Amino acid sequence: MALERCDVEKIAHLARIGLTEADIPRTTATLNNILGLIDAMQAVDTRGVEPLAHPLETTQRLRADVVTETNHREAYQAIAPAVEAGLFLVPQVIE
Amino acid sequence: MDMHQLTLGEISRALAGKEFSASELSSSLLARIKALDPQLNSFISVTEELAMGQAKAADERRAAGETGALLGAPIAHKDLFCTQGVRTSCGSKMLDNFIAPYNATVVEKLNAAGTVTLGKLNMDEFAMGSANESSHYGAVHNPWDLTRVPGGSSGGSAAAVAARLIPAATGTDTGGSIRQPAALTNLTGIKPTYGRVSRWGMIAYASSLDQAGPLARNAEDCALLLQAMAGFDPQDSTCAEQPLDDYLAALNLPLKGLRIGLPKEYFAAGLDGRIAATTLAVVEELKKLGATVKDISLPNTQHAIAAYYVIAPAEASSNLSRFDGVRFGYRCENPQNLEDLYKRSRAEGFGDEVKRRILVGAYALSAGYYDAYYLQAQKIRRLIKNDFVSAFQDVDVILSPTTPNPAWKLGEKNNDPVAQYLEDIYTITANLAGIPGLSMPAGFVDGLPVGVQLLAPYFQEGRLLNVAHQYQQVTAWHTQAPTGF
Repeated sequence: MALERCDVEKIAHLARIGLTEADIPRTTATLNNILGLIDAMQAVDTRGVEPLAHPLETTQRLRADVVTETNHREAYQAIAPAVEAGLFLVPQVIE
Repeated sequence: MDMHQLTLGEISRALAGKEFSASELSSSLLARIKALDPQLNSFISVTEELAMGQAKAADERRAAGETGALLGAPIAHKDLFCTQGVRTSCGSKMLDNFIAPYNATVVEKLNAAGTVTLGKLNMDEFAMGSANESSHYGAVHNPWDLTRVPGGSSGGSAAAVAARLIPAATGTDTGGSIRQPAALTNLTGIKPTYGRVSRWGMIAYASSLDQAGPLARNAEDCALLLQAMAGFDPQDSTCAEQPLDDYLAALNLPLKGLRIGLPKEYFAAGLDGRIAATTLAVVEELKKLGATVKDISLPNTQHAIAAYYVIAPAEASSNLSRFDGVRFGYRCENPQNLEDLYKRSRAEGFGDEVKRRILVGAYALSAGYYDAYYLQAQKIRRLIKNDFVSAFQDVDVILSPTTPNPAWKLGEKNNDPVAQYLEDIYTITANLAGIPGLSMPAGFVDGLPVGVQLLAPYFQEGRLLNVAHQYQQVTAWHTQAPTGF
C-alpha cells in the first residue's frame, strides 16, 4: 500500500507536524520504505487470535474517589512558554 | 586500584569499610568525566552541585550509622527520567529547556537509597533509535572504538559505564535499548518484566513496551540497582503488584539442572557466524555448571519487527502529542494561530526519526487502517507471547545472541532507517511479550564486544541475574575495559 503525497499531507495534519514543500518527497519515500517492512504482517493468519494490548493483561486499578493531590500549578507553570493570571497563553483561537 | 575501576559492589564494600568517602569518590569521577567525556559525548548534563550535595548527605548518613548497599554510590540517569530542578531533555530540542518539576519514582527510590547523581546521560531522541546518533546533543561514541556507535537508545548510559566514568547507570528498554547497547559496549544490562519498575516520571515512548533497568559491569551490580529501582508504585497504573524478590540472594543459587532453550529462529541467516560461535561457547560454559540445553522454536519471531514498528510508533504518536508548545518545552517563534503553533513547534522541536515514527504511528491508527495495521500487530503480539509461554513449559531460560552484528561505524546505518530497525531482531520479542531479558558480555569479535541474551518467564529477573552471575564467576569477559579509559 504505497503512500501518495496527499496521504502524507493528511497524516502530517493528523499529527500536527508541519511539513514544508521540500520535506514531502523525502518523507513520502521514507514512510513507504517503512511501510514495506510493516506490510509483511499481512501474510500472517490471525483469524481467531485475540489482540494483546497489555503484556500482563491486568485491568485498570481503581481507587477511592477522594482528593489525594495538592495543587502544583505554580511549579508546573514556572516552566511554561507563556502564562498570565494562572492561564497558559496561546494565539487567539476564537475570532 | 583506582576508584574508577571499582565495580558498584566493590564501591559499596569500600564505602562501608570507610576506605574513602562518597564525597571523595564523586569528586574524583566528576574530574574524570570532565577530562574524558569530550571523546564520548555520553553526558548531556553534569550535575556537579547536586552530586556533591548528595555525596555529603550520604557521608553524613553513614556517619550516623546507616549502612545501605547504595549509600553514597555514584550513578547517572538516562535523560528521560525526570530529575527535579534539573534539565530533562530526552535527547531532544523539544525539551532542551525543560527543567523537570518533580522526580521520577526510579529517581526518588535511588535517591532514598543514597545514590549520588553525577548527571543526565545522552540518548537517542525520545528513546527512538539503536545507535544514539539521533540525539539533539550529537552522537555518542563507543569507548571500544570511537569511530563506532555504542548502540541505543541508552547509548550514553552504556558509553559512560563502559568507559568507567561511572560504575552504573539507569536506562530504559522499549525494543532493546538497554540490552543492545550493553552488548555493544561489554556491559551487563537487564530489562525487567513489564510492570516490575514504575514508569512514573519516565518520559513515555511506547507505554505498553517501555521498562526501566540498570546497566553496569556485572550481574551483581545490576542486582544492587534493580533491588532499589523495582517495586509497586500506585502512581503508575501499569505497575505490577507482584512482591519484590531478593535479587542479591538469587545470585548465588547453583545452576545444576537449569534447562536452557536455544531458539532456532535466532540462529538463522543474517547472524554473523562468529557471534553465533561466541554464543554457543557460552552454552558450553553453562553446561559445565550443570545446565542442560535443548533446541526450541519460537515460530512467530520473523513477524516481531513488523509488529513492533507498528505498535511502538502508534503508541509514540499518542504519547508525543503532549509536546505542543503550549505548557512546556519548545515553542516556535511568532506563531500565527493555534495550528501554526502546534505544527511549527513540533516540526522544529522534533528530529527526523521522531517525526517519522509519529507519522507511521498516526497512519497505523487512522480510520481505515487501524484494523490492518494496529490490530493486526496486536494479534501478532499475542502469537509471540504464546510462543514464549509454550517454550517456557520445557525450559527455564532462553539463550540467544543479543545482536546480529557488533558495533557498526558512525554514519553507516544513517541513511536507511529500516537497516537500523533490523538490528533489533533478537531483543524486540521480549518487549512485545513483556518478559524480562538480560544481556551479558560473552567475548569479542574484531576487538568489539559481543553480548549474549537470556530471557526468562514473567517476574524471573532473579533467575536471569543468577545465571549471569554464575557465568561471570568462571569467565572474565565482563572485567575487560576499553584501552584509553
